[in-house]
Amino acid sequence: MAAPMLRWCCPGRRFAFARVGCGSCHRRGPPTGSTSNGKRGQSSVAQQPHITAQKPRKGEPEWAAVVGLEIHAQIASNSKLFSGSQVCFAAPPNSLVSFFDASLPGTLPVLNRRCVEAAVMTGLALDCHINRKSLFDRKHYFYADLPAGYQITQQRLPIAVNGSLAYSVYVGRKPSQMVTRTVRVKQIQLEQDSGKSLHDDLRSQTLIDLNRAGIGLLELVLEPDMSCGEEAATAVRELQLILQALGTSQANMAEGQLRVDANISVHRPGEPLGIRTEVKNLNSARFLAKAIDYEIQRQINELENGGEILNETRSFDFKLGCTVPMRDKEGKQDYRFMPEPNLPPLLLYDSGSLPSGADPQQVINIDQLRERLPELPRVTRQRLVQQYGMLPEHSCVLLNEVGLLEFFQNVIKETRAEPKKVTSWVLNTFLGFLKQQNLAVSESPVTPSALAELLDLLDRKAISAPAAKQVFEELWSNEGKTPAQIVAEKKLELLQDPEALEQLCRSTLEAHPDVVMDLKRGNPRAINKLIGLVRKATLGRADPTAIKEVLERQLSS
Amino acid sequence: MLGRTLREVSVALKQGQITPTELCQRCLSLIKKTKFLNAYITVSEEVALKQAEESEKRYKKGHSLGDLDGIPIAVKDNFSTSGIETTCASNMLKGYVPPYNATVVQKLLDQGALLMGKTNLDEFAMGSGSTDGIFGPVKNPWSYSKQYREKRKQNSHSENEDSNWLITGGSSGGSAAAVSAFTCFAALGSDTGGSTRNPAAHCGVVGLKPSYGLVSRHGLIPLVNSMDVPGILTRCVDDAATVLGVLAGHDPKDSTTIQDPVKPFTLPSLTDVSKLCIGIPKEYLTPELSSEVQSLWSKAANLFESEGAKVTEVSLPHTSYSIVCYHVLCTSEVASNMARFDGLEYGHRCDSDVSTEAMYAATRREGFNDVVRGRILSGNFFLLKENYENYFVKAQKVRRLIANDFVNVFNSGVDVLLTPTTLSEAVPYTEFIKEDNRTRSAQDDIFTQAVNMAGLPAVSVPVALSSQGLPIGLQFIGRAFCDQQLLIVAKWFEKQVQFPVIQLQELMDDCSSVFENEKLASVSLK
Repeated sequence: MAAPMLRWCCPGRRFAFARVGCGSCHRRGPPTGSTSNGKRGQSSVAQQPHITAQKPRKGEPEWAAVVGLEIHAQIASNSKLFSGSQVCFAAPPNSLVSFFDASLPGTLPVLNRRCVEAAVMTGLALDCHINRKSLFDRKHYFYADLPAGYQITQQRLPIAVNGSLAYSVYVGRKPSQMVTRTVRVKQIQLEQDSGKSLHDDLRSQTLIDLNRAGIGLLELVLEPDMSCGEEAATAVRELQLILQALGTSQANMAEGQLRVDANISVHRPGEPLGIRTEVKNLNSARFLAKAIDYEIQRQINELENGGEILNETRSFDFKLGCTVPMRDKEGKQDYRFMPEPNLPPLLLYDSGSLPSGADPQQVINIDQLRERLPELPRVTRQRLVQQYGMLPEHSCVLLNEVGLLEFFQNVIKETRAEPKKVTSWVLNTFLGFLKQQNLAVSESPVTPSALAELLDLLDRKAISAPAAKQVFEELWSNEGKTPAQIVAEKKLELLQDPEALEQLCRSTLEAHPDVVMDLKRGNPRAINKLIGLVRKATLGRADPTAIKEVLERQLSS
Repeated sequence: MLGRTLREVSVALKQGQITPTELCQRCLSLIKKTKFLNAYITVSEEVALKQAEESEKRYKKGHSLGDLDGIPIAVKDNFSTSGIETTCASNMLKGYVPPYNATVVQKLLDQGALLMGKTNLDEFAMGSGSTDGIFGPVKNPWSYSKQYREKRKQNSHSENEDSNWLITGGSSGGSAAAVSAFTCFAALGSDTGGSTRNPAAHCGVVGLKPSYGLVSRHGLIPLVNSMDVPGILTRCVDDAATVLGVLAGHDPKDSTTIQDPVKPFTLPSLTDVSKLCIGIPKEYLTPELSSEVQSLWSKAANLFESEGAKVTEVSLPHTSYSIVCYHVLCTSEVASNMARFDGLEYGHRCDSDVSTEAMYAATRREGFNDVVRGRILSGNFFLLKENYENYFVKAQKVRRLIANDFVNVFNSGVDVLLTPTTLSEAVPYTEFIKEDNRTRSAQDDIFTQAVNMAGLPAVSVPVALSSQGLPIGLQFIGRAFCDQQLLIVAKWFEKQVQFPVIQLQELMDDCSSVFENEKLASVSLK
């Protein structure tokens, strides 16, 4: 199937949307090195962004930036939107291509129920109105990885409209200054993915892989309610969490399951919106934020220098960290939209409108899907705060790191330790180790059970807090051992015999009369030195508080 | 034996009067003898003989699959046939061998039918003459009939006979000619604006366009998805019903097919037409209609009336707008459907490798004829953003009005409409090509395309021979999904008119067996 052919430039092929006023203010001048997170993979916006208010200098007019997004999320389904071919990432080229996917003449589309359900569930999760009737259209353009010469999409009447997406951002340095922002969801439409063109510059040919051709996509259009890269990146991250919670998309940006195009413009507050540019194919949240912030600043600089903004499509060069115009010699495309004649209107029902005697396999009941909706990230975070008394920002971190919430909940299940203690250990110690070694939660050498057992030992006061840290380090580097084994081997259990502790304290005092003198002369820090000496003598197995108690009693007697 | 109907030969097979292999070989030999008709693009001799062998085994074991087991059939070359080249009579698909069978083809094969070959057509079924394909025009078997030749001797002077052969009509002319010349017992055509009924009328066979959605389009290389229907060409109405019974029903691969199950049926013989109401649409009486066809049409109406049926003049007020709207909708869908032929995945690819765009352009210029390219061009014009509302949307609105015209007439108590199928009998090729394809299509689809706009079932039944000795057909139009009722009426009518069998002895004098079942001409309506 791989057809050698020549390089061809990609024309802009998504349609644009209306813009409305909004936005925070941007100051003239060079781009502020705004927060960026170097996290790995899909968790690249794990931390909530800090947005620092920018004070305009006196006499200088402000700039407001307006950002809207078009997001394509690949639907997690076993088969493609209109054919029976399997959906699978990184399969051998052209191994998952049905006759329909290759557009063999005479083949017809058959709508995949699972994809419709995914669209409805996503629509419900984003508070959209679900259209009881939606339509499919053909969008025409010639491109080598679009075998039929048109894409089946929902241009006239999409499956879901008028929703909203809430996300939280920090507005100051303090965690308490976290605020919720909302971006309106204009519409969600079902459409086909295209194939992939692989350009072989050496032989100046293009190879076509149709494995991706025809996979179901949700196109989500977010209204231009955002005003900077971090807002956009955070909104996308929230959407990613929602899609993953719903299971409607794996939404892995690195694997192209979530692709974002941004529409960006700047204007002076009170004035009409500026000309916008579109930055396409942003494949990580970090680049999304960077590209948007760069583009905003570029437009401001351009206008300040008397230039003008062209309504153009740009791409982000992640090596140079800037946006560049895409070669678009075709100019404005006319997609010649037309109703897809081979698919009847898509009708959805609710419990009230369900036709009696309808085959449940042939109809989709929106109410039934609503009941099946899982807990959404926003609710999960609230529950974590209420149930475990953790800070809101802690709940954010737990959700943002892939697999961390599950890890946390498994530890909670198996330990008697306080939830606050668990939170602290998971977010500080455990996550710290992961970050240090650049590992994902799933790659952690420490299991939830091991951490739970360790926290139990700590909770029972069987080991001291410093000993617990030591055990954790051992767990990390020596897989297979239980915390109890490590404690036994390293003799880390707390000195349980009060007589022995008394004895050790007495001999320490006797052996260091100079320190005792120092203390009696009024140096309050001398007691710490004594505690340290006793701890050393116990090989770290005694609780410093208990040591202090005994020492003070012996000194005063 | 070859002159029999499908039903008759099916009985002969069951009774062992002939074996499937013998039948197959006779058809193959006749196909060779009539090669000059150009009815077939591909003759699938090996496949047919293999299928005949299998069928023979079944008959020997007494496990016949049904009425179609061992019956030679032909399929228009725009239906995908697994392992058999499917060209659409276009350079674009020359050499293209589909990896799958169209649902209708598969259903016929599942019933044990023998696939004799793929029949000729206008390129991508765009035309009304079967003259505009890369394999050349199809010649109407009636050009060589005794009936036509004798009339010509009387009337004409000294013209060269061979240069005056007639067109079959189209675009399913190959299928019509194949059935008419006895090379098979049934053939599949496709009908988008009349492409099955038109050649059926010109070739003196029955041409059925079923209701849209009754028969699967999966595997039919589309012309206009919202109007295409697989058509059935047979020698009598009963045979069409038999084939329809096999083809009809839901196909999971075609979302536009009806969900309700369809059972095979046999047509009862109507004895009393007094409860029947036949509508005669007054708008179909156009000035272009030949006086002979007009006279046969009114005679047919009188026949119904004299037998007790209620015959009433009805109005389909939007008829005159139909053909122009059909043109807009047809070309728009054509522009879209033809976009896939870019030379990448299958079909023709040009040698140019300057750039991908240049490759697309050259591939499509070399692959499509002027007619196809012209329709793509106008279709894309109608779909342009600035034109969409003024052309496509308007045409769709008028389409709804046309469909409503039919609904209103049927709601008023009319059971079946009776109309001409074509303006006149078949014309000589030299005459036909004086007009371009577009003009011809607009003229020839005048009585047929509105039915496709409305998705209704319609059948053309041969009625009588013209003064020139050529067949003339009339069309019955039924209510949506009342195909069976439509065929019952058509069957009654067919019995009354006793259309004569084509006489091809002079041409194929050594094929006497073909005509053993010959009936005498009795043109009862003249």
